[in-house]
Amino acid sequence: MSGGVPSENRPQLRRGARLGWDHVRERHVLLAPEGVLLLNGTGAAIVGLCDGKQTITEIVERLRGTYTHVRIDEVEGFLTQLIARGWLEVGDE
Amino acid sequence: MSRPLGMLAELTYACPLHCPYCSNPLNLADSWEELGTADWQRVLGEARALGVLQLHLSGGEPLQRRDLVDIVIRAHELGLYTNLITSAIDLSPQRARQLKGAGLDHVQISLQADDPALADRIAGARAHGRKIAAARLVKELGWPLTLNVVLHRHNIDRIDLILDLAERLEADRVELANTQYYGWAWRNRDALLPTRAQLDRAEEVVRRTRQRLRGKMEIIYVIPDYYSHYPKPCMGGWGRQQLTVTPNGDVLPCPVAHLLGLPRANVREHSLAWIWEDSPIFRRFRGTTWMPEPCRSCPRREIDFGGCRCQAFLLTGDAGRTDPVCHLSPDHWRVTRVIEATNRQPGPIAPVDLVPRVGTGRRPPGRPVHPAEHESAGSRT
Repeated sequence: MSGGVPSENRPQLRRGARLGWDHVRERHVLLAPEGVLLLNGTGAAIVGLCDGKQTITEIVERLRGTYTHVRIDEVEGFLTQLIARGWLEVGDE
Repeated sequence: MSRPLGMLAELTYACPLHCPYCSNPLNLADSWEELGTADWQRVLGEARALGVLQLHLSGGEPLQRRDLVDIVIRAHELGLYTNLITSAIDLSPQRARQLKGAGLDHVQISLQADDPALADRIAGARAHGRKIAAARLVKELGWPLTLNVVLHRHNIDRIDLILDLAERLEADRVELANTQYYGWAWRNRDALLPTRAQLDRAEEVVRRTRQRLRGKMEIIYVIPDYYSHYPKPCMGGWGRQQLTVTPNGDVLPCPVAHLLGLPRANVREHSLAWIWEDSPIFRRFRGTTWMPEPCRSCPRREIDFGGCRCQAFLLTGDAGRTDPVCHLSPDHWRVTRVIEATNRQPGPIAPVDLVPRVGTGRRPPGRPVHPAEHESAGSRT
């Protein structure tokens, strides 16, 4: 994966960000100082597992318990984007 | 039609500062009555039902509202993400703890410069020391802290020192936004606009500092529109993502759109849903059908939405023209002329020669009009 985040990283929501449910749009949302991100169910499930304790590899494993088709490169790509845009941060590994 | 994501609630125009680039209206001394607590709480409910997820509490100075905590409590109940945009000089430890308890999510504090004397001169008040104390308090209480510094000719050369200060205060984010020219800044434009050399240097400092503080402090840097090649997608498009409610309940597609003289829409008379969907002011520049050339056939028309209507109005007298900052605009020469004049100025920059923002003719909600009182309220702020 080019320019990606190593899969042993443990991402977590940045300070001040939180997940929510928008009953108006019926969508999961990620709320933070800089804006709002509308998420689909899978996206919300992934973000929900970003607790700063689990590595990306472990997050993918957990997702496989719930969803049948989980591709590690897709999850990594999604998390890399959220980290690059400042929604998630990765602690020192 | 899309649903709004964010609402700017300008709770009051009253403010202890007199920043010469304030985007508030120039006729602040006129008298008008602010919305009351119950009005705001109702409007927040309507906003949430309409789709708003993020609430920016601003002004003026929102801490001047005694009912700020009650407004935050309601916003939090509704699930809104709440940002307090404040000068912070009246953020006492007690008030801060109340707001924290009410569920306030995030605090954004304005600084005018790194140097106390310069900062206080720009703000027209002894403010800097109290802002620094408030910033520390925000961090102590575990809030994410954003520092916002409006840049202009008189502080942009200190950008490295401003960033050092932000780092020392452990800000999570710093917004270094060059002044845009509306409101009081429009009036003071020729004394505020930085030179190209100043901007080049600032950009280099930002690039270096971003690299050094990656993952630690986020730095947002915005150049003056006048130096841009293309216009900004103002508010993400007119009536598309954002709305502003002013202290007296007028609803605007952007905080300065009052200057366009479009038919007013007020939450005292209409529901927020009607205003968003059907009011003439929100429909006027929504989408792309209103666009003239060169926007109409431009491949970027849904990227920048024709730029800023208020900028077009201020520079050309016609809000329906392409934003003149766009190099493709037939009015672009109006911007070029200003930039050229700014960059011709020889030698050191003249001392600050700015018109400070005046106090307001604010009437707190529910108080009767009384000329004498109006006058004293004006002189107090």
